[in-house]
Amino acid sequence: MSEQFVFALEVTLNGLMAGVLYALVALGFVLIYKASGIFNFAQGVMALFAAMTLVGIMDGQVPFSHLINAIFGTDLHYFGWNVPALLAIALTVCVMVLLAWCVQRFVFRHLVGQEPIILFMATIGLAYFLEGVADLMWGSEIKTLNICLFGESGCLPQGINETIDAVTYEWFGYGFFIDNLDITATIVAAILVVALIAFSQYTKQGRALRAVADDHQAALSVGISLNFIWVLVWSLAGFVALVAGIMWGAKSGVQFSLSLIALKALPVLMLGGFTSIPGAIVGGLIIGVGEKLFEFAIGAPFLGGATENWFAYVLALVFLVFRPQGLFGEKIIERV
Amino acid sequence: MFYREAGDFHTTYTSDSQTFPIKFDRYRYYVVLAFAFLVVPFIINDYWANAIMLPFLIYAIAAIGLNILTGYCGQVSLGTGGFMAVGAYACYKLMTAFPEVSMFVHVLLAGGVTALVGVLFGLPSLRIKGFYLAVATLAAQFFLLWLFNKVPWFYNYSASGQINAPERTVFGFEVTGPNAAASTTYLFCLVFCVISALVARNLTRGTVGRSWMAIRDMDIAAEIIGVNPLRAKLSAFAVSSFFVGVSGALFFSIYLGAVEVGEAFSIQKSFLVLFMVIIGGLGSIFGSFAGAAFLVLLPVALKVLGVDLLGWPTDIVAHFQLVIVGALIIFFLIVEPHGLAQLWRLAKEKLRLWPFPH
Repeated sequence: MSEQFVFALEVTLNGLMAGVLYALVALGFVLIYKASGIFNFAQGVMALFAAMTLVGIMDGQVPFSHLINAIFGTDLHYFGWNVPALLAIALTVCVMVLLAWCVQRFVFRHLVGQEPIILFMATIGLAYFLEGVADLMWGSEIKTLNICLFGESGCLPQGINETIDAVTYEWFGYGFFIDNLDITATIVAAILVVALIAFSQYTKQGRALRAVADDHQAALSVGISLNFIWVLVWSLAGFVALVAGIMWGAKSGVQFSLSLIALKALPVLMLGGFTSIPGAIVGGLIIGVGEKLFEFAIGAPFLGGATENWFAYVLALVFLVFRPQGLFGEKIIERV
Repeated sequence: MFYREAGDFHTTYTSDSQTFPIKFDRYRYYVVLAFAFLVVPFIINDYWANAIMLPFLIYAIAAIGLNILTGYCGQVSLGTGGFMAVGAYACYKLMTAFPEVSMFVHVLLAGGVTALVGVLFGLPSLRIKGFYLAVATLAAQFFLLWLFNKVPWFYNYSASGQINAPERTVFGFEVTGPNAAASTTYLFCLVFCVISALVARNLTRGTVGRSWMAIRDMDIAAEIIGVNPLRAKLSAFAVSSFFVGVSGALFFSIYLGAVEVGEAFSIQKSFLVLFMVIIGGLGSIFGSFAGAAFLVLLPVALKVLGVDLLGWPTDIVAHFQLVIVGALIIFFLIVEPHGLAQLWRLAKEKLRLWPFPH
């Protein structure tokens, strides 16, 4: 077996892992788009906001401390306690639910019936607003995220996976570098998807959610509260954003660039189709593998590297020219 | 009272269909132009030119460009930053290759190059619509930035990877480089800005503009009544990219002087211009100016208020700026989806009836 092939195999595996992380962000988009027709550009910033809130709560930071210090001349920074991770996650979920309610109450309730493009622009405004609030609340410096669920144990693993390294060394004479964190992310994403599907198939709220996704007016007429469903959907998206924020935050630190993963999730959505959960996952995997393999085979040797910045978009663009609704999207029917 | 068309009779078709049919409007417009050309150059100083006037004029051109594409033709683009970069790099290559030619020609040619690139990236718009297109234009944004970063030919193999504007003249007056006077750079940008606005205004009320608006309102219906979508969409991309390219060329050569592509033309720039168009008003030339003025003045005003008066740290003021811009965009979309231009129209309507509103 040639050396190149083994390298390519390792790159593919890493690409699959990266793809899972993209899919995790894309999932949040799909949830909101299906239920309310809103293309939520703020999903990435929500992930950033969730991760920053989690770190802030765990470290016992005083919210808006910089602002309070600037106005009143005080010197507040920390409460001086550390909140255990599980409690902090629960509190962050509460914050995200509250956020979902606010978004629904103060923004989208006033925009019902507007054109989709207006709603999209509103979410861009929301993204700026949230980013500013997150920075004001918790400060804009880079934070590290270490989560240990049960005291000292149950931490998010980091670094190379020794088992895979040893096994592949035995098979190919070359140990693969696979990050433990990526493996964890894959497992978490799988659980999340199964949970989401179970929720939407087997619970009352899940059924209501699917009904709203199918037809708003019909759902209204059988007594489903649209407001409640939309708050629910935004909360779910907030929860998915939290999970994505934890995974990305543990990988590369909690900082502004976290919100840019939303941009990476866009080509994933285009490939998979905006309305399909399996599409988001398959699209994520294709993009993850595609960009890593392209960088490995063509980008780095011939084009000077860093092709990952644009490859996903160009791939999605070329793909869409042939299939405008994405892989699993609903067929676009236009009427005059 | 102030704003009357009573007694203002039009006897020819040309006078009836001019841009400002109401006399008061027309004179106000002449006064503004005269003030901008004859008074401002004598009172402007470096601070006013660099902090307010130059960015305002340059962003206004970019906003007009994007407004043609998004506001008039309905094709949302997130690639404005990338197209501005094309204008800047085309201008740089032309400036260094033909030093003796006037800057005026370089900027126009840079716009032309950008128009070609714009048409190329506009081609998918014939198949892809709506959000899908918005995301597809991101491909232009990221690909173009990567290209200018990675191919040394574009930055003339300079060690830093930056491009620096050499000193160039128009009619013997220096307009680029550190020694250019504030009034010359201001006038140079103003000329481009006024010409852009005039051309855009007249394009949008002619045949081309009507076909753009037909495509925006419903492309299939437009196709059925005989508008050629290929020509309408691609011409919108070409014209829009031309203006955006001109603004990119001015942004680099006149305003900044030295550019690092990843910083000056990032995705943030695309959003900034998009916000100008939304806040100003989609489908309005006046709106482009209003939006550009608003978003150029807002950070300056906030800085004066927060840093200089209240003594807050600059980073907190910067975060506040994000919050305020975001909130304003949502506010405008809820209260007035047609932006500042619509407020202006309402104000004019009120003025016409004042002081007898019934």
